[in-house]
Amino acid sequence: MRTIRFLLAKEFRQIFRNKAILAMILVVPVMQLVVLPLAANYEVKNINISVVDNDHSTYSAKLIFKVTSSGYFRMTEAKNTFNDAFKLIETDKADLVLEIPHGFEQRLIREDEQKLFIAVNAINGTKANLGGAYLNNIIRNFNADLRLQMIVPGKLNPMPVVEIAPTNWYNPLLDYHVFMVPGILAVLLTMIGSYLTALNIVKEKEVGTIEQINVTPIKKHHFILGKLIPFLVLSLVVFTLGLIVAWAVYGIVPAGSIGLMYGFILIYLLAVLGLGLLISTYCDTQQQAMFIAFFFLMIFIMMGGLFTPIESMPGWAKSLTALNPVSYMIDVMRMIVLKGSGFNNIKHQLMKVFLFAVVFNSWAIWNYKKTT
Amino acid sequence: MKQFFIFVKKEFAHVLRDKKTLLILFGLPVAQILIFGFALTNEVKKSKIVIVDQAKDPASQAIITKVGVSQYFQIENTVANKRQIEDQFKQGKIKMAVVFPPYFNRDLLHQNKATIQVITDATDPNTANTLTNYFSAIVADYQAELNQTKAMPYRITTEMRMLYNPGLKGAPNFVPGVMALVLMLVCVMMTAISIVKEKETGTMEILLVSPFRPIMVILAKALPYLMLSLVNLCIILLVSVFVLQLPVNGSLLLLFAESTLFIITCLSLGLLISVKTESQQVAMLISLMGMLLPTVMFSGFMFPIENMPMGLQVLSNVIPAKWYYIIVKSIMIKGVGFSAIWKETFILVGITVVLLIISIKNFKIRLA
Amino acid sequence: MKETVIKTDKLTKRFGDFVATNEISLEVYKGEIFGFLGANGAGKTTAMRMLCGLSIPSSGQATIAGFDVYKQTEHIKKHIGYMSQKFSLYEDLTVLENIRFFGGIYGLSNADIKTKSEALLNELGLQDEAKTLVGSLPLGWKQKLSFSVAILHDPKIVFLDEPTGGVDPVTRRQFWDLIYNAADRGITIFVTTHYMDEAEYCNRISIMVDGRIQALDSPANLKKQFNASSMDEVFFELARGAKRGE
Repeated sequence: MRTIRFLLAKEFRQIFRNKAILAMILVVPVMQLVVLPLAANYEVKNINISVVDNDHSTYSAKLIFKVTSSGYFRMTEAKNTFNDAFKLIETDKADLVLEIPHGFEQRLIREDEQKLFIAVNAINGTKANLGGAYLNNIIRNFNADLRLQMIVPGKLNPMPVVEIAPTNWYNPLLDYHVFMVPGILAVLLTMIGSYLTALNIVKEKEVGTIEQINVTPIKKHHFILGKLIPFLVLSLVVFTLGLIVAWAVYGIVPAGSIGLMYGFILIYLLAVLGLGLLISTYCDTQQQAMFIAFFFLMIFIMMGGLFTPIESMPGWAKSLTALNPVSYMIDVMRMIVLKGSGFNNIKHQLMKVFLFAVVFNSWAIWNYKKTT
Repeated sequence: MKQFFIFVKKEFAHVLRDKKTLLILFGLPVAQILIFGFALTNEVKKSKIVIVDQAKDPASQAIITKVGVSQYFQIENTVANKRQIEDQFKQGKIKMAVVFPPYFNRDLLHQNKATIQVITDATDPNTANTLTNYFSAIVADYQAELNQTKAMPYRITTEMRMLYNPGLKGAPNFVPGVMALVLMLVCVMMTAISIVKEKETGTMEILLVSPFRPIMVILAKALPYLMLSLVNLCIILLVSVFVLQLPVNGSLLLLFAESTLFIITCLSLGLLISVKTESQQVAMLISLMGMLLPTVMFSGFMFPIENMPMGLQVLSNVIPAKWYYIIVKSIMIKGVGFSAIWKETFILVGITVVLLIISIKNFKIRLA
Repeated sequence: MKETVIKTDKLTKRFGDFVATNEISLEVYKGEIFGFLGANGAGKTTAMRMLCGLSIPSSGQATIAGFDVYKQTEHIKKHIGYMSQKFSLYEDLTVLENIRFFGGIYGLSNADIKTKSEALLNELGLQDEAKTLVGSLPLGWKQKLSFSVAILHDPKIVFLDEPTGGVDPVTRRQFWDLIYNAADRGITIFVTTHYMDEAEYCNRISIMVDGRIQALDSPANLKKQFNASSMDEVFFELARGAKRGE
């Protein structure tokens, strides 16, 4: 135990002495947590639409007015031909083109049926899908209004209607920040923990100080613990800062128990730091350690469910996420912060993360060789 | 000139000697493009839901059957009451619950109106919204079948064409984005670290006392990474075309030219970081922790930039990956020519020039 | 009877096909200053790393302070000190912090650490620099500090790998004073060097060529044996035949 105290004193001194790193660790996450959630909004609005009105009738004018006043669409240049409007899509000036054919109003009245043409830039599938759906909805409403005006009341029998009463639990205002902030905090914490530990031991290797440690009778697990604890403490400080930012800037107060949250974070951090240590035991230079950590973290983060839902991934990718500690972390953070989930709700994730912690750390201790 | 090539040779030797790093440098983009290309999608499908059917009549059963065959939903074991629903939500097992009232069919037939309650887990507003929309569409469909006997006057129908990506797949959107992301991070990191390392170990001094212009030292360091990145680009493109089945609709030559420009932009950024920092750790933390999330978020392939607050929209303009993402998308998927992307190209050139001027200025100050 | 503290028998280390250290056999006695000489690449550092328990031999036997180099590396480490070729104290810690840290790692009591660090600072004349970052000390001071830290826990043996490389003659002289003081306290010194005047300071020396020990005796006897007037000549005579080296 005494040895660990000396190791801790040394690590903390080194951390606090390096002001550039310390600033990065504390300031960068806070800044990102303040700014990034503002940018993270999937809500599809401000869709740029170009209308090719070949009819120039009262109806077409009414329809165009309905589209612009819906709030989802923003009218860009009107063009006379579809080809001209298509150029707008090519240059990203328009996302969607609505073409109203010549004789639209006349034929609708005479033939009871008329077709409108819509072309959507579908490179971003979600945006295209939603944009198309919104436009279709508007056209349907327009159609219903039209019918009401045209048809003599009483001619049509009332039709049975199924109403849908939607309730949005946990986030009734559908506020995107509440969803993103816990996830972004989880990712930032993961990056700090694993990068710092991965680089730390490798730096001792590069500078040569590890040789001086290896020639002492120090126990391997003491050494690893001495590396683990300082970064654990530091990460917890960052996490606490993050919670304060979430509350002060976004008004997010965890619905669940803060104690439970810290308990989970503690075990999660052990797993993440263990991963960092493990990587460092396999590398000779900081550069190698950085690239390997980057490789794993990038995959973990992109597939962790922060940006895209895990449920939508193909089967093999879903199975892979079982091996992704970050996905458990993001999941649990959202559960505790938003839903107020209790211990029983998260015990599955807790078990998995605990397992990661045990495996990564034992592996790191095993692979750290004082004697070659 | 001969001296210059000796330098370049030395840099290549450094790069090629470290097999572990080399493996990662080539393996990383391929693995990431593959995984992300296949796995990343914003689509909401096969979402788990529960249904509380208090009616158990023909109407509710008909709707449940329709929901069951839809690709968007996956019905979990039905639960009896609402308290169980809450529990399932808290464990994160389901995304939505549908509650049919008792006498659903009777209400529908006699009062011409019946209400289905839909509860969503709105922690993810996007999914909640989308699921409600999908469910509404299914119900609307059911209603249309009910009413189909009566022909409607004044029907306006729509014909929708999904351009470029009729299958609404994730890859055409995400692959160009991931390309920009991976190339950017790898290039910036490599240059920044390799130069700072020479500073840390003191070998930079030796290079600087040699009768060699400092600018040449920098060029010699950048050249191997430029070539490495181009090889990487080739691999990424091969994977995208042959494995992910993405088209290259535009000119391949133009794509390479623009990519080279983007790589140079990233190398300049790496150079700037290396000039400004003293230790490898700081350089790495800046190029990874400082850049990963902002690049993902502000390049526009994850979140639509036009939705961001004005300040952030302006901010996104300084992220080189944003412009490269637009360029790659335009050339590969839309197949447009230079005339459609000259503006983006021009901006990238501008960013590069500014980065280079700042770093060379700082580099000189250090010498003096 | 002299007490043997290092004993090796045909100690060998191979890296693939390359035999870095080839069947070296030697004995070092308590309190002795043993010079371990050889040209660059002769295998000195490899041999020394095996003796310190940093590297497991490929074949042969060795005991250090009575402990086996295969199975008891951690016991060996309690009884030795080591100063590597590359300066390896923490440059971002102060002089005093480094001393305290290594004292703590070797399990010295707080009282011991206090008295020993004071004595050490006095001996080195570093009292005013106690709170200076080690990274900003001149090289000579760093080397002396490094040595003092290596013997802080009163080891039986201290291994010094080219401790005076790149240091001015005055500092080298001072460094050897430190070595003599340690030897007087009964610490066995095992030292590699390229300076032949330093070889003369040793009680006995061995000279390695291409992984083998080609000569082992006191400097005086070696000079007699090779009919040479200085150690330089002895070394040159032996090392000339070397095939390896930089």
